[in-house]
Amino acid sequence: MSSLALAVRDASTMLRRNLLHARRYPSLTLNLLLTPVVLLLLFVYIFGDVMSAGIGGGGADRSAYIAYLVPGIALMTIGGTVVGTAVSVSNDMTEGIMARFRTMAIHRGSVLIGHVVGSVLQSVMSVVIVGAVAVAIGFRSTDATALEWLAAFGLLALVALALTWIAVGMGMVSPNAEAAGNNALPLIVLPLISSAFVPVDAMPGWFQPIAEYQPFTPAIETLRGLLLGSEIGHNGWLAIVWCLALSALGYLWSKAVFNRDPK
Amino acid sequence: MPSSVMPTSRIDGRQSPAAVSTAGLRKSYGDKTVLNGIDLHIPAGSVFALLGPNGAGKTTTVHILSTLIAADSGRAQVAGHDVATSPDGVRAAIGVTGQFSAVDGLITGEENMLLMADLHHLSKREARRTTAELLERFDLVEAANKPASSYSGGMKRRLDIAMTLVGDPRIIFLDEPTTGLDPRSRHNMWQIIRELVSDGVTVLLTTQYLQEADELADRIAVLHEGRIAAEGTADELKRLIPGGHVRLRFCDPSTYRCAADAIREVTRDDEALSLQIPSDGSQRELRSILDRLDRAGIEADELTVHTPDLDDVFFALTGSNQPNQPNQPNQPKEAVR
Ligand SMILES: Nc1ncnc2c1ncn2[C@@H]1O[C@H](COP(=O)(O)OP(=O)(O)OP(=O)(O)O)[C@@H](O)[C@H]1O
Ligand SMILES: [Mg+2]
Repeated sequence: MSSLALAVRDASTMLRRNLLHARRYPSLTLNLLLTPVVLLLLFVYIFGDVMSAGIGGGGADRSAYIAYLVPGIALMTIGGTVVGTAVSVSNDMTEGIMARFRTMAIHRGSVLIGHVVGSVLQSVMSVVIVGAVAVAIGFRSTDATALEWLAAFGLLALVALALTWIAVGMGMVSPNAEAAGNNALPLIVLPLISSAFVPVDAMPGWFQPIAEYQPFTPAIETLRGLLLGSEIGHNGWLAIVWCLALSALGYLWSKAVFNRDPK
Repeated sequence: MPSSVMPTSRIDGRQSPAAVSTAGLRKSYGDKTVLNGIDLHIPAGSVFALLGPNGAGKTTTVHILSTLIAADSGRAQVAGHDVATSPDGVRAAIGVTGQFSAVDGLITGEENMLLMADLHHLSKREARRTTAELLERFDLVEAANKPASSYSGGMKRRLDIAMTLVGDPRIIFLDEPTTGLDPRSRHNMWQIIRELVSDGVTVLLTTQYLQEADELADRIAVLHEGRIAAEGTADELKRLIPGGHVRLRFCDPSTYRCAADAIREVTRDDEALSLQIPSDGSQRELRSILDRLDRAGIEADELTVHTPDLDDVFFALTGSNQPNQPNQPNQPKEAVR
């Protein structure tokens, strides 16, 4: 077998193993889905009227605020899913099974690739589920073309890839599953301090640069542009650069840790 | 890196083809030296046992040979491949059961087996056949569809070894394979190891059970303080220490003194009122002792024959105190020091 075929075969075996875990123990995945759904409902039904006052000069109604929220919630969903990835990577690293994999003549990176592909798939699935909730409570894209929808999904997948690699690295350096969960928490929290819930202009002046220059904001703004027709501007390529940079960083980090002698 | 002081010629040019050979293997963690020049030569198709007290470096040796960790210096070849430069060649030839459970607890025993089969690139049919056969052989059929995390320690251990055998490895490393197994499972495991060897598989096992090494191993190495303290067949090792003796115990002090006078070349233990007479335990030697006692009209209250076993070798070589053996032949040397 050529080395590429070997890599693909081993990685898909590992992917099947991860999906089996997810299917056997859906509670972790469901718990992580709960956060974005609860936040979505909370912001729309409880804080919605107050929050939407800050948007579009105060005249926005509920459906406009849902539309404003959804891109941020989608990213948060991805953040939540990859926390699960960090936990399961950490589980793997602390379990003896990893030592077994390392002594087998399999493609060396296949365990990690399995985690990454599994995590991206799960992220996209989670986004679809949370998106369905959003649609159910009144989210409508204004005038997105099929191409724009595709681009939006592409961007979400790219964000998922970036966050996944970072989460894999976090999972690998964490001494146990709990620590991994905690270390990866910023990936859920970071969207809270982006333009996900209120526009950056509405935040205190000293805080604006933090919200403005963090990776989630350009991605959220790009999604808004694609789905709701707002101005994308430089946010498009900024989002892509962020994603590629984070993916590369997470990949190199994970690889370095993985290649160290265990323990 | 300074070259090793130990002779390294063993690794090449030996008559029997070695499944595993090492020369001058060293490994330290910080300033703690764990392996300090290990030379091994394990002929293909044999069982080699690595004995040693806790912390001797058995697991470290297995980890280096199975490409899990790198040695600091020295050379190691497994199945003709250098562990440092051709780890994949090594991995393709070996099966490893580590000291600690290496099963995926989240999936069932059967799924664990199928996972191994997939990673060995077996066909679907072959995978199912191997899985069924090994589950049967390791008495795991009933538990096959339960998650491995719900298994008892011994069941996990059996699953672990079953997983190692998927893909028919020619060289198998077993790090304490029977620790935590009940006597029946242990004998089963021994039987399985013997079957493997009769199929020509090479087995390197570490163990705490000297009886296990005695039962299974063609050759035994005792690892102590980072070095091989002794190596050979069980009989060779037993011959290394003159541990055989007959022990006589008395209740009455005066009888004890009479006996000590009657049989001269004895080691006395005045407090326990016991005498220790060097002996190989043969019928002839026993008779001569009994004759001398009879002639003096002495009856001992207790007579035990002690032949050296691997325990004696182990304790003698690793310098631990053996319980109930205050006058072990190698002890006086210690006292002089
Ligand atoms: N990753 C590590 N970092 C530091 N020290 C280590 C590490 N791994 C092993 N050691 C040390 O190396 C020594 C040998 O350990 P090893 O596990 O090889 O012993 P062992 O012979 O397998 O013992 P046991 O019978 O208890 O399994 C021990 O003193 C241990 O503390
Ligand atoms: Mg050990």
